Amino acid sequence: MSGAPILSVADVQVSFPVGGPLTRGAIVAVAGVSFEVHRGETFALVGESGSGKSTLARAVNGLEQIAAGSISFDGQRVDGLGKSAMKPLRRRMSMMFQDPVGSLSPRMTVGDLVTEPFRIHGTDGRDLRDETRRLLSLVGLPDDFAGRFPHQLSGGQARRVGVARAIALEPALVIADEPTAGLDVSVQGEVLNLLNDLREEMGLAMVIITHNLHVVHHVADRTAVMYLGRFVETGETQSLFSAPSHPYTAALLSANPEPDPDKARDRISLPAEVPSLLSRPDGCEFHTRCPWVQPRCRTEPPEVTQDQDRRIACHFPLTPGARPPG
Amino acid sequence: MTTLAIDSLNVVFSTEAGPLHALKDVSFDVPEERIVGIVGESGCGKSTLINAILGLLADNGRITKGAIRFEDGTDLVGLSHDQMRALRGVRISTVFQDPMGALNPVISVGRQMVNIQYRSQLGKADKEARAVEMLKMVRIPDAEAALKRFPHQFSGGMKQRIAIAMALMMEPTLLIADEPTTALDATLEVATIELLQDLQKKIGCSVLFISHHLGVIAELCQDVVVMYAGEVVERGSVRQVFNDPRHPYTLRLLECDPARQSERTRHLPTISGEIPDLRARPSGCVFAPRCHRAQADCEQPQIERDLGELHLARCALAEGPAEAGA
Repeated sequence: MSGAPILSVADVQVSFPVGGPLTRGAIVAVAGVSFEVHRGETFALVGESGSGKSTLARAVNGLEQIAAGSISFDGQRVDGLGKSAMKPLRRRMSMMFQDPVGSLSPRMTVGDLVTEPFRIHGTDGRDLRDETRRLLSLVGLPDDFAGRFPHQLSGGQARRVGVARAIALEPALVIADEPTAGLDVSVQGEVLNLLNDLREEMGLAMVIITHNLHVVHHVADRTAVMYLGRFVETGETQSLFSAPSHPYTAALLSANPEPDPDKARDRISLPAEVPSLLSRPDGCEFHTRCPWVQPRCRTEPPEVTQDQDRRIACHFPLTPGARPPG
Repeated sequence: MTTLAIDSLNVVFSTEAGPLHALKDVSFDVPEERIVGIVGESGCGKSTLINAILGLLADNGRITKGAIRFEDGTDLVGLSHDQMRALRGVRISTVFQDPMGALNPVISVGRQMVNIQYRSQLGKADKEARAVEMLKMVRIPDAEAALKRFPHQFSGGMKQRIAIAMALMMEPTLLIADEPTTALDATLEVATIELLQDLQKKIGCSVLFISHHLGVIAELCQDVVVMYAGEVVERGSVRQVFNDPRHPYTLRLLECDPARQSERTRHLPTISGEIPDLRARPSGCVFAPRCHRAQADCEQPQIERDLGELHLARCALAEGPAEAGA
């Protein structure tokens, strides 16, 4: 990828206060994360629930305050901007939320929903009825859907309305939080193909959050693996999938159920539960579950090291095809 | 021996726009101590089927034809509410997608686990011991202490395991699991599958497992039933159906799963068209309007073709040469 990144996130931290007046503390949901996304690029965030993926996405879009670090969109610092300063930027940076039906107002028609961005940001002399038709056909919904209400839509149709809203103003960046969760495989394909067509036509950059690794494999150019609010490994998707260096990435990839009854399952199982964010483990935070754990991992947090495109936070990166000891 | 035998089950809902034929001539068996999966996209009738088995159809739904034979051949269709109540939770139990919905948030896990043994003659201490035993079986660490805790104090994966422990407490003959791993991430999903396999062997029950995740079905189940628009289009062993799909819908469904695409592609396959309106079912094959192999005789109602070794497909072309692909 060449040129300046459309999105640049550096050492971002997000924390939430917890406890009462006497037990005040904070959980650090995102603990120092850096990445860049270029025009036309798809960047995937993967990790277990509670790893901070959605919080990070919300922070990028200005929906969460960040405690440290910086976020720049198209060369301009956007963290800490007020509501009114943020508004013009939202034209160019849109968000698709996880719940397809819940993110649509139940009292608005599909036509109103897809043109709501124009009513907020100005129509520039466009005819809203033309825009409704254009957007509905772009996402593959018939014209007469304009009069329907969200409860009359299936999950896949509601998703498409969400896509239409997100791309109405021809943004430069779309952040999609689980864009296909709960969808059937064929509808999932339709939504992903649609996003990809838009990427090709408009040079759209995308940040996709998902826990479906098969989807990531097909659509993402680069992938970051999150664990307890940190990136443990980032890299080009193909190479990350074929040769994971971080034990957590390797375990996550091996845990992926494949629709082939005869496939030999060579699984790396992770003992123990995900630690609580309230009491992060010392040393490498993955050491409580890492099959390759060494004494040093329990005390010393690993530095992030970079080898070409790959960034990894591990004292003992894996060699390709490594199996857990014992 | 067969635990559950469903024989040409038909369910019709009366709606304002006329009768909706939600299940049409559904037949399949759940043999003793086997795990049978049901796959199909949303709207294919999976939930209606479970509700029919459990005697929990909505007021406007009724079974118009067919039988649901359980254990010794008792037809569940004719049973009274009280007779069904005596079976549910004892001989037939269920696990649902959302474990939080199955657990009462304001009652400790221990009390809930004792309360649901209300039919048992054991004393309170024995019931508590039984609860601890079950929690250990589903690998909840520190089971005795866990009894005093509340559902929100457990992670999502642990809550689902507690729900499974409660469902299996009375050692039912049949466990119905409705998308129990859909809300979990890959590593937890795999752990839950392995746990279910293990428990099924220990308790010796049969499992009816509903999922739209083909990978999970391939891994967990021995037999699979493929449903489309309220009909069983194909059934057989997981190996037969996944390795040699004979119904064009099964083939398309398998092809749509990004996990079956070994080559990375930006353009994922989809099934064009929509599920037919179940108020106006096509007179012939229900998949014909979307089928790429449809021909003149598909206008006729289709019977299940026996392909040998309990592999059946409801397609005129099923006995012909298998289609290339998948």
